[in-house]
Amino acid sequence: MITLKVNGKQFQADVDPATPLLWVLRETLGLTGTKYGCGMAQCGACTVHLDGEAIRSCVKRVSDAAGKEITTIEGLSPDLSHPLQKAWIEIDVPQCGYCQSGQLMSAAVLLAENPKPTDTDIDEGMAGNICRCGTYPRIRQAIHRAAEIKSQGGAK
Amino acid sequence: MSATTIRRRDFLKTGAAVGGGLLISLYLPELTQAGVSAKPSGKLKFIEPATFAPNAFIRIAPDDTVTVIVNKSEMGQGVYTSLPMLIAEELEADWSKIKVESAPVDAAYNHTVFGMQLTGGSTSTASEWQRFRKAGATARIMLIAAAAQNWKVEPQSLRAENGFVIHAASKRRASFGSLADTAATLTPPKDVPLKDPKDFKLIGKSTRRLDTPAKVNGSAQFGLDVQIPGMMTAVVARPPVFGGKVVSLNAEKAKAVAGVKDVLQVPSGVAVIATGFWPAKVGRERLEIKWDDGPGANLSTVGMREQYATLAKNPGLIANKVGDPAKALAGAAKTITAEYEVPYLAHAMMEPLNCVVDLRADRCEIWTGTQMQTVDRMAAAAAAGLKPEQVQIHTTLLGGGFGRRANPASDFIVEAVQVAKAARVPVKVVWTREDDIRGGYYRPMWYDRMVGGVDTAGNPVAWTHTIVGQSILQGTFFEQFGIKDGIDSASVEGAADLLYGIPNLQVDLHTPRIGVPVLWWRSVGHSHNGFAVEAFFDELAHAGGKDPYELRRTLLAKQPRMRAVLELVAQKANWGKPLPAGRGRGIATHFSFDSYVGQVAEVSVDKTGAVRVHRMVCAVDCGQVVNPDSVKAQMEGGIIFGLTAALKDEITLAGGRVQQRNFHDYPMLRINESPEIEVYIVPSTENPTGVGEPGVPPVAPAVANAIFAATGKRVRKLPIRLSD
Repeated sequence: MITLKVNGKQFQADVDPATPLLWVLRETLGLTGTKYGCGMAQCGACTVHLDGEAIRSCVKRVSDAAGKEITTIEGLSPDLSHPLQKAWIEIDVPQCGYCQSGQLMSAAVLLAENPKPTDTDIDEGMAGNICRCGTYPRIRQAIHRAAEIKSQGGAK
Repeated sequence: MSATTIRRRDFLKTGAAVGGGLLISLYLPELTQAGVSAKPSGKLKFIEPATFAPNAFIRIAPDDTVTVIVNKSEMGQGVYTSLPMLIAEELEADWSKIKVESAPVDAAYNHTVFGMQLTGGSTSTASEWQRFRKAGATARIMLIAAAAQNWKVEPQSLRAENGFVIHAASKRRASFGSLADTAATLTPPKDVPLKDPKDFKLIGKSTRRLDTPAKVNGSAQFGLDVQIPGMMTAVVARPPVFGGKVVSLNAEKAKAVAGVKDVLQVPSGVAVIATGFWPAKVGRERLEIKWDDGPGANLSTVGMREQYATLAKNPGLIANKVGDPAKALAGAAKTITAEYEVPYLAHAMMEPLNCVVDLRADRCEIWTGTQMQTVDRMAAAAAAGLKPEQVQIHTTLLGGGFGRRANPASDFIVEAVQVAKAARVPVKVVWTREDDIRGGYYRPMWYDRMVGGVDTAGNPVAWTHTIVGQSILQGTFFEQFGIKDGIDSASVEGAADLLYGIPNLQVDLHTPRIGVPVLWWRSVGHSHNGFAVEAFFDELAHAGGKDPYELRRTLLAKQPRMRAVLELVAQKANWGKPLPAGRGRGIATHFSFDSYVGQVAEVSVDKTGAVRVHRMVCAVDCGQVVNPDSVKAQMEGGIIFGLTAALKDEITLAGGRVQQRNFHDYPMLRINESPEIEVYIVPSTENPTGVGEPGVPPVAPAVANAIFAATGKRVRKLPIRLSD
């Protein structure tokens, strides 16, 4: 039995400790917002926060996440109030939307560490996340916008 | 009350009678009232007592919610917003009250041209442009009639606005929801007038997508997210060579994996059934399977390239011939010859294929992201041993489609039904990324031989184009529509219908039969013909000493819409103005899916031969635009998609085995490689045309032509490898 702390709540999961965190989140806990894209940390669709750091949950053993603070897209905000969510909606970033949970979780760490990222900072911080629909220009724009919203104190 | 319409009281009784397990298609509205010719599937339906459902596409509830039932699959192109906009415009609905549901499979939802339920060919707006607006207008007229009846006034004295019917004279207002009950008793009008485009309030205005909030908080449901009671997860070991078969199987080690419930042979290979994805995948790795590769083991793309190049030396079946190209070439002041080639490509949607099947003795329910419901339902029924009407497909959001989820063979759906049949439990079949990259149904590999001639003034006088590649339509039921006299229209589109005024032209086609499954891939035949035609045009312009933009302009004299697009993109891209040292500009235009697109690429090449695309400027004429921001998004996305193909990818085979497997060796363009993109839309009141695909074809030639401008080096093969 592995104890996980996800989005502030405790869960018990009876799974093989070698199972990647991704599948425990999705199938055991029903948190399907975190996506499977490649299974080898190439695309970033499975990005979640582990103690505040963006990690690829498809290659993270669930046992290595035990006891740590895990945040998934469902825990980014309870009500679409995160500056990134506001900016994503304002700029209509997503197309198919499948990669966007991972994009947002990567962007959230970028923004937390760098409140006013440049285009180059964004390119570096977001290069691990693939979007097949090609929303990159809007992701750049939306991260700048989110930084602006955050600096105006529009949201937490 | 008709036999197929059950009101809530009766429904509850029925539900109780079958033990409460009956899941009714809540979204199925009354179809017969509106005179829709197609009969509903015969499944039970119920309508809320006061719900007004004037046709298959609209349901208005007492709480004023207007639900639009969308018959096109949302795969990122924005149909869950643009199609409701058509209804809301004519209905005079309050946009904030619009909700969207995906349509069930029913003939009422067939494509207005293709006669089946299908999302593809960049036709969603064109297919529904009239029908959705008429559906909205019909509902508005009925709501006005209902208010007229309630208030005992003439309908002409009423108007609808922002979700209300208003009687200005008496200052009375009634919300649509409050009129639903009365409206539901009325007969729909036969002939409904539509708005003059100058009166549009919503159409033509950038409107935020309705599906964005769910896509930024993790609540959007894709096929892979579906969970149903008692469901197992399956992964399938498929043959490593196309057409291979299982000779022997030892499943002992797989069955020993905790969570693996069963290992079953199915027509496509060996399915591992488990409590979740991970044990299923681990179990699959432990299978011991001996495969008979069959003749596919001899396939190699190196060998195929030689075969194609040999075929290209001679003309194939004539797809189009104008004038006398042989004579014109013989008399030309200068001729040039060039050979172009592009590889197999996988669609690589971010959401790998998956399908949930709940198969019972007398019915089958399927949840999946598909672009081709009618065909899938027939195929699923055949695989299940049921009638099509016993199969229902719930179309989820699609995590990308690009054509892969519209397979005439319904491969991923048929296989999932076969797995469910063997497993005797509800299953979700999941494809890994490796399964996706190696699973076939690729954009075909193509080889093109072009010959062009110019006169002493440098004007093109002759153009021949020999195309070599597999047919997509051959062997599918689309063959009867798409193949004529041996020519697959999808093989020659964008080449045989060249817009340029060249007096002598021949386009011909060789269609080798190769055992690699192929399929349409965003922009289909245009994806390779756009490259060959527009890059060769650039070569011919230079051969004649002409500016490639000016020559296009001259030869598009009889194509005013394309010429306007060309002029706009050239102007916005500062064509002809100086660039920083080391940079080059390339221009390309392409007509596809009835839309006109022009693009200018700005690139530089470093000492190692690495290509950097700095800027892409795009102009598009796609007729009347419904949601301009969506059109821009599709052009942006098409450009990124085209750049990945131009700069990155190829699927190769050796010994029948696909040599790529995941994003490390089948890479996608990333944000740090993404150029600045500008999109300009030509205003138009012509009927709407395609948007999802037309942004792709001009990308590779614009980049190739820009590389020539920057370095003097011609690019005739994709993906671009300047170090070769």
